[in-house]
Amino acid sequence: MSDPSTPDPSTPDDPAPVYAVRDLTRVYPGSRTVVAVDNVSLTVRRGQRLGIVGESGSGKSTLIRMLAALDRPTAGDIRLHGRSIIGVPERRLGFLRSAVQLVFQDPRSSLDPRMRVGDIITEPLRSRMMRHRSDVPDDHAARLTEVLEAVGLPADSARRFPHEFSGGQRQRIAIARALAPRPEVLIADEPVSALDVSVRAQVLNLLNDLVDRMGLTMIFVSHDLLVVRHVCDSVAVMRGGRIVEAGTTEQVYQRPQEPYTQALLAAIPTIRFER
Amino acid sequence: MSLLEVRNLSVAFGRRPPTLTGIDFTIDAGARVGLIGQSGSGKSVTALAVMGLLPEYATATGSIRLGGTELIGRPDALFAPMRGNDLSMVFQEPMTALDPTMKVGRQVAEVVRLHRKSSREQARALTLDMLEQVDLPDPEQVYDAFAHQLSGGQRQRVVLAMALINQPDLVICDEPTTALDVTVQQQVLRVLRHNLDAVGAACLFITHDLAVLSQVCDQVLVMLDGAIVEAGELKSVFTDPQHPYTRGLLATARLDQVAPGSRLPTVADFYRRPERTPGTEVAG
Repeated sequence: MSDPSTPDPSTPDDPAPVYAVRDLTRVYPGSRTVVAVDNVSLTVRRGQRLGIVGESGSGKSTLIRMLAALDRPTAGDIRLHGRSIIGVPERRLGFLRSAVQLVFQDPRSSLDPRMRVGDIITEPLRSRMMRHRSDVPDDHAARLTEVLEAVGLPADSARRFPHEFSGGQRQRIAIARALAPRPEVLIADEPVSALDVSVRAQVLNLLNDLVDRMGLTMIFVSHDLLVVRHVCDSVAVMRGGRIVEAGTTEQVYQRPQEPYTQALLAAIPTIRFER
Repeated sequence: MSLLEVRNLSVAFGRRPPTLTGIDFTIDAGARVGLIGQSGSGKSVTALAVMGLLPEYATATGSIRLGGTELIGRPDALFAPMRGNDLSMVFQEPMTALDPTMKVGRQVAEVVRLHRKSSREQARALTLDMLEQVDLPDPEQVYDAFAHQLSGGQRQRVVLAMALINQPDLVICDEPTTALDVTVQQQVLRVLRHNLDAVGAACLFITHDLAVLSQVCDQVLVMLDGAIVEAGELKSVFTDPQHPYTRGLLATARLDQVAPGSRLPTVADFYRRPERTPGTEVAG
């Protein structure tokens, strides 16, 4: 679903990527200058499921925050369907806000405890930047019912507050909110890291299912290569703000080239039956 | 006699229905016992009950004996000297376990000086030695660092040093590596195993990650809704689980054995808990 107000520059033979990122750099100045993202280039095709893997501080979150225009790069270019988002003022980013939605790590902090679930989920639809767009659903009640059903929450959840739900259910609420404006790209930042192993499987199944059914493009950030392997078709491994290895998930998982990727894979704990 | 004997332990908070309902387990000297179950199952409450750290409005009944000493109802004046000496605890988040305003070395040394007569110099020497035991490079420098100057893995190793320096009989670890990166987790688990061996301490290891548990423990307790539903040797529980909930937990943990993109097994495929009244928390 591309933004109807801008003509899609792609031709059938040469589909323009959803995201084209060139030489992206983000420097946090200060007494100790930190180069959080260092000269990163990548493209995300329509329907791609890109995993971004790395340890804390590798620049994963800074990268996706810039993709979502929540943070602005020091240098480099980001194009969404060929249209640069660099230097575009917030009030004119409607095309990005309706097309790109985020799910964060911890649903305890990403959901307002004083709002009812129904209001949380439809809030993006009421946003001033979104509500007049033709690609954003205007029947809020109908869309609420649809997305609640899509994430497997009972219809009466809308009246309740986030604290009445378990961690896994709260993450479903966050996913429902992200889906409400019919986005094209879903960016998930460690969406299962704060969840129990037993709940993790349910949320991963749900994400896989939704991405299939709605034809979403997904960018999935995780420190866990096993999780990424399960939901993504391609992966970029980050270290110190750079992408050190990239390829299809199977390729990177089966034949990691970089010692760092090998170390990451070796560190994944596996079940032993005897100590 | 086992080192720790927990008999018919129930814990209730205020007037709410009990969080733990009559649990029984024992830990032998030097044993490594893993406690698994999902959030809210009562794992941490069990740990706090053993440590005597439940809030005042909680009521614990039953019996908890450590080396024959009854801990339930033990006045704090008698309990406090035991903590950090006979039994100690490692929490999930080292940044909150450490005092941000005090050099970490002093915090470790304080544990020594609280429990035995030793001079400042002796305590410092013991601490430096312990910091080296937990694989901290350059112990002198770490001694004089504040918590925020250390990495997450280094902080958790300082907390391990604090928990182990008095050679307690029992160390309780509550999700000690959940907040860490995988590579750091690996190091911290190695340090933990090595030092438990060196000190000869028993360990109650709480986690929701079965893979991590299997790297440390040789016995398993499975907790569900405040009760222990399965207990036994790691190998027998993991290869031949008896309770459907345990089977479900094991199935969800084998992410490496499922074809990428295919549906992952969930606990609900194996075990459906009885319906609860609406409004209470339900997993999922």
